[in-house]
Amino acid sequence: MSTVVAEPTLPEQAARPVHYLNAHYGVRSWLLTTDHKRIAILYLVSITLMFFLGGAAISVVRLQLMTPRNDLVAADTYNKLFTMHGIIMVFFFLIPAVPAVLGNFCMPMMLGAKDLAFPRINLLSWYLYILGAAVTLTAILIGGVDTGWTFYTPYSTARSNTNVIPAALGILIAGFSSILTGLNFIVTTHRMRAPGQTWFRLPLFVWSMYATSIIMLLGTPVLAITLTLLAVERSLGIGIFDPALGGDPLLFQHLFWFYSHPAVYIMILPGMGVVSEIVPCFSRKNIYGYRFIAFSSVAIAVLGFLVWGHHMFIAGQSVYAAMVFSLLSFLVAIPSGIKVFNWTATLYKGSISYETPMLYAFGFIGLFTMGGLTGIMLATLAVDAHVHDTYFVIAHFHFIMVGGMVMAYLGGIHFWWPKITGRLYPEWWGRLSALLIFAGFILTFLPQFVVGYLGMPRRYYQYAPEFQVLNVMSTAGASILGAGYLLPLCYLLWSLAYGKDAGPNPWQATGLEWQTPSPPPTENFEVTPEVVQEPYQYSAEVTHGG
Amino acid sequence: MAAKSDSLAPHFADLEQQHEAATLGMWIFLATELMFFGGLFTAYTVYRHRYPEEFAAASTRLNLVFGGVNTVVLLTSSLTMALAVYAARVGRRDWLISCLGLTGLLGAAFLVIKGFEYHGDYADNLVPGLAFVESEWPKPAGVKLFLLLYYLMTGVHALHLIIGIVLMSVLAALARRGRYSSEYYAPVEVGGLYWHFVDVIWIFLLPLLYMVGVR
Repeated sequence: MSTVVAEPTLPEQAARPVHYLNAHYGVRSWLLTTDHKRIAILYLVSITLMFFLGGAAISVVRLQLMTPRNDLVAADTYNKLFTMHGIIMVFFFLIPAVPAVLGNFCMPMMLGAKDLAFPRINLLSWYLYILGAAVTLTAILIGGVDTGWTFYTPYSTARSNTNVIPAALGILIAGFSSILTGLNFIVTTHRMRAPGQTWFRLPLFVWSMYATSIIMLLGTPVLAITLTLLAVERSLGIGIFDPALGGDPLLFQHLFWFYSHPAVYIMILPGMGVVSEIVPCFSRKNIYGYRFIAFSSVAIAVLGFLVWGHHMFIAGQSVYAAMVFSLLSFLVAIPSGIKVFNWTATLYKGSISYETPMLYAFGFIGLFTMGGLTGIMLATLAVDAHVHDTYFVIAHFHFIMVGGMVMAYLGGIHFWWPKITGRLYPEWWGRLSALLIFAGFILTFLPQFVVGYLGMPRRYYQYAPEFQVLNVMSTAGASILGAGYLLPLCYLLWSLAYGKDAGPNPWQATGLEWQTPSPPPTENFEVTPEVVQEPYQYSAEVTHGG
Repeated sequence: MAAKSDSLAPHFADLEQQHEAATLGMWIFLATELMFFGGLFTAYTVYRHRYPEEFAAASTRLNLVFGGVNTVVLLTSSLTMALAVYAARVGRRDWLISCLGLTGLLGAAFLVIKGFEYHGDYADNLVPGLAFVESEWPKPAGVKLFLLLYYLMTGVHALHLIIGIVLMSVLAALARRGRYSSEYYAPVEVGGLYWHFVDVIWIFLLPLLYMVGVR
């Protein structure tokens, strides 16, 4: 062309909306951001990396267990692999997953706020997470840890010659990251609500974040001091937990589980919050029993602090203590049951559609219920004496953590993906991934209930030949599960470039976060919203996508 | 609504909301601190119950004079801290600067005295692993546990005090530059909450560590 014409894209550019993703460019604008939405993206990238690292470790374990006398890895390596899997998945994936990604992204918008109360502390918490992850990963790379994620003494202080202290240090640092996240969420919920946003107009996701934050704040410091005491004993050789030095190993277990049992609720409560958002949206019905679900979150947080002793039924604690802990553990079933019944009642006579988030939510409800019911079996003293430290326990908590929490996390990622990126993911692939993960999960972990009940102990690198069929099933399931997890990684990345434009509210959802463009502007809302009604305003008449 | 000013972060509606968020944040942080120390207090309780005689015997060897003087020093620093918050609220910048400085100095004095005390403990063979005579005690295991808890608890407390002193220096420097006024003094109040908390921890440490046995 010989003549210079005016840039044809100019008017279009002027019309293109400025949002949090294109407001600034460059690495600096990301690494120094205080925008809660960008910090959520930072977390999303980092925890996804950790998830696949932890998954890689357990893939080798599952391959090893294909045959009873496999020598794919040596016994030492096997111990290090399952420890790596446990540490990474618990402390660097499950605990931060929903709060730090979806909570960070959605909560301020759900409250009608511009940001969390302390944006710089929010960024600091991400850096602490990265530092903790780096220290722990270094400990794993330069030789590994073989204590299991529970670090039981005196093995971890007097016997193990692996990198216990660096691994514990990394976990301690990451712990401060979750303390700061919890602090930010609580202050934000109390002080940053938009005009008219009363407590009972808060989405149930916010209630679950609030309950989770309480546990993060009151539990994590106890883990910090416990790991400090462990490091002192290991480095100075003065007994706090080692009976040979006058210490008490049960004290370690008490302190450890005082954090680590409530930490289970740090992992599952956010998942329950996600499901409470998805279920009403895709059944076009208001949530049934709003206040019951809200208060059951708080009840789980409180009760969660009173049940840690059920990890120690056969460890030598007093039998009367064990009876009390058993009873209190049964009580957790009440608020959990309230939630399951209320979600089910919400579905009743709803106009249900089967989009990907809803499929994940269904997966959550079914698998969590099974995980919860087997939890009641484990809270029974006599049954626990039989199945303690077997694959039955492994299957139980993977039903809660993977069948429950990871399902809910992926459901939430799909649900809010259009809001986060402004793009739609390919629905067909989404449904396929949900079904694959569900099928792979069942095939992996259902046989483990059986093999555990038959007596196969956890944490051994070889096993009796009669358990082989069930273990092969489990490994086959794990392969399907792995493929299922890789799928969303691929098509979600694909959708960033080729996904259809989502528009502000593709699901016709009624939460505040859907009342602003996708992706949202840096300040979240053009004008601070005035809240005049409850968050769930669904009616079956509204047709989907209309 | 208060007037917009440089002290107001953009995501808050007004200074009052910002002030309330800051103080609530510090209260919550102190709750986590309490749980952190709680782990140590739990370990202390368990082992004092298990080794009552050893704890009493070892406790009487600690230097109550240093411990007592330090308690007075720290309580005085709480007074100057409270005065600093008051000075900030009524907008007296000169008082504010000197009270913050005095608080920090008293904290430093505590650490100096504590240093002399640690040295005395060392000279008295009260440091397991470094200077400790097993034959001096009929049952050394419980004694070592007590001493370890003593160093851990006072050490973690001293660490908090060091952070507090840094905090006071920063606050005093910012006060000199005129950052605080009677409308905006949330950092001073929040720093005060932290300082008082560290003092309260000491109030519990003194009887638990120095006054177990009959002297």
